[in-house]
Amino acid sequence: MSEYRDPELAKKYLEEIKKTVTQPWSIMEVCGGQTHSLVKNGIIEMLPKEVTMIHGPGCPVCVTSLSVIDKAIHLALEKNVILCSFGDMLRVPGSGKNLLEAKAEGADVRILYSPLEAVKIAEDNPNHEVVFFAVGFETTAPANALSIIHAHRKKLNNFSILISHVLVPPAIKAVIQDEESKIDGFLAAGHVCTIMGNSEYYPLSREYKVPIVVTGFEPLDVLQGILMVLRQLEAKSYKVENQYSRIVREEGNAEAQKIIHSVFEIKNQIWRGIGEIPDSGYKVRSKYQSFDANQKFNITINEAPENPDCISGQIMKGLKKPFECSQFGKKCKPTNPLGAPMVSSEGACAAYYHFSGLVEA
Amino acid sequence: MSEKKLRMQLQCPMPKLDFDVITLGHGSGGVLTNKLLDSGVFDLLSNPILNEKHDGAIFKLDGEMAFSTDSFLVSPIFFPGGNIGELAVNGTINDLSMCGALPKYISLSFIIEEGLKMSEFWDILLSIKLACEEAGVQVVTGDTKVVEKGKGDKIFINTSGVGKLHPKAKIGAKNIQEGDSIIVSGNIASHGMAIMSVREGLEFDSEILSDTTNLNHTVSSLLDEFEHKIHLLTDPTRGGVATVLKEIAQNIGLGIEISQNKLPVNSQVAGACELLGLDPLYVANEGLFIAFVDATIEEDFLKKLQKDSNGINAKVIGKVVKDHPNQVVMESAIGGKRVISMLPGEQLPRIC
Repeated sequence: MSEYRDPELAKKYLEEIKKTVTQPWSIMEVCGGQTHSLVKNGIIEMLPKEVTMIHGPGCPVCVTSLSVIDKAIHLALEKNVILCSFGDMLRVPGSGKNLLEAKAEGADVRILYSPLEAVKIAEDNPNHEVVFFAVGFETTAPANALSIIHAHRKKLNNFSILISHVLVPPAIKAVIQDEESKIDGFLAAGHVCTIMGNSEYYPLSREYKVPIVVTGFEPLDVLQGILMVLRQLEAKSYKVENQYSRIVREEGNAEAQKIIHSVFEIKNQIWRGIGEIPDSGYKVRSKYQSFDANQKFNITINEAPENPDCISGQIMKGLKKPFECSQFGKKCKPTNPLGAPMVSSEGACAAYYHFSGLVEA
Repeated sequence: MSEKKLRMQLQCPMPKLDFDVITLGHGSGGVLTNKLLDSGVFDLLSNPILNEKHDGAIFKLDGEMAFSTDSFLVSPIFFPGGNIGELAVNGTINDLSMCGALPKYISLSFIIEEGLKMSEFWDILLSIKLACEEAGVQVVTGDTKVVEKGKGDKIFINTSGVGKLHPKAKIGAKNIQEGDSIIVSGNIASHGMAIMSVREGLEFDSEILSDTTNLNHTVSSLLDEFEHKIHLLTDPTRGGVATVLKEIAQNIGLGIEISQNKLPVNSQVAGACELLGLDPLYVANEGLFIAFVDATIEEDFLKKLQKDSNGINAKVIGKVVKDHPNQVVMESAIGGKRVISMLPGEQLPRIC
């Protein structure tokens, strides 16, 4: 990994960026992993002042809708349920409490790294209902789909997933279409393209005349991605380029796509803080409906209102910076988040809070 | 398993008992408790003070003392590189060492969840015996309680200890000055990642071992040589290096500057952190300490520490500065700067 963190190369990229830029540009890094890398490595302060980085909606934890989180909490508190989740979902505030608090009340909530582990837990606990909280972008979709295929093969009737998948290209489109949007170019999320390939970005780049560079997550990846976008912007060109070609193939991973499409189908999806985006989520196909927690457990939870002080939607659309929020670091802190971007370390607000006290000062 | 541990197991085989698991009765204070303790616990940890079997320990102390206590709840109780028994002994020994004290006597209290296998308890006791011998401390008093199934997590251990201050030690945050060198005694994040590697739901193959060990001999020989030029010693256990440094910066009202490229991390540990989305700066350590020392002794201190088996990977990671008071600022691998803050809660693994 150290070759992607070489300070000498970083310096060269930065010099190249400074040489290239002649006017102000705003670039959105779509993925929370990139936001994390930008802030963690102090890149934002190293960039010339003409370059403004805008942090996109690419934190799946942040955009999972309030009602789905409430549903997960409700399920977790059922006596017979073992709720399994990725770690950073646990602190995300629901309308009343979060999953960590539910756990403290006695809910059986377990942190896993893979949904396949949840299948094993279901096998080992035949008298419990095991629900995996399947959150994520296209990146985690193959494993989530595979968990259903495995559970189906093993004829488990006590395993299901509570799905809240979000898809990146429709979100980029929604951001571009927003009338207030001031974004000149995009760093697309490398890992998502590893699975899905780059094809969906061509029409977006053409139609809206924006440069899109598929970019990785290491500091040098991000710097190179920024340079590639800037070169296009300065040359008034707009195309799709692949900075992350060591990992991302043009067509993506066909096998993974096949697994996803065999289990999931596309639907409209509510993004927390942003609203409904057409064709931007997955649901479980009817063939596998017995593994869909939404259908298996009859829970109706109304979409609760968000905290009125939280401007997370504007932050995730790149219209405001965390520092521009009146509650940032005051009422809203990682220990008491008002909205999701303050929770996950990939969330723009939390990333700023943790790492960039210098900017703050 | 270490050679020493193996030898001890051979030397002290588990006595034949008429029970395989520990039950509520073993904590009742009655016949079963006595049976458990007389079965070998007392023999194993035997010393003149403990052998009195009195309500408490009676001993003489002279001069300035340090006193410390800690409870241990690690899960799983056996992990690569150690178990909860030696962890509990080393933990208190190291806390005393960080005060500049030479640990002497410790207490040992068990809270056992019924159902713990006697063979596991025996293994823990053997590790405790070995850890005490290595550190040169004695268990002089203790307690055993048993809680119902589901009300504990196999076994919790509390240890407290006393130790006499090293005659030349002058340790305290108030001694830290601008320009002090900050030295870490070895690779960071090993203990936390060793535990992670065997935690339910996260098991992954690795050879990462916990760094649990006693630091008293190491610290004592450093104090012999460098005396009051060692300004502060602290062990970055829970919360990791980041949390400890931030606490100190706030405490002293000066700034701390560290450099990511200088942080010693074993490559397997770094890989596991990367994979799980954890920051090694926030991962727990056990047999590790951070020293704030006068800049004039930096080189000699480091040389001496690196010759000690507990300090082979020691490194200077940063210094105390006047700029940005109360803040810890880290220069990233590529030369950017970021502020290091405390964790809001448990470090939660990231999604991708």
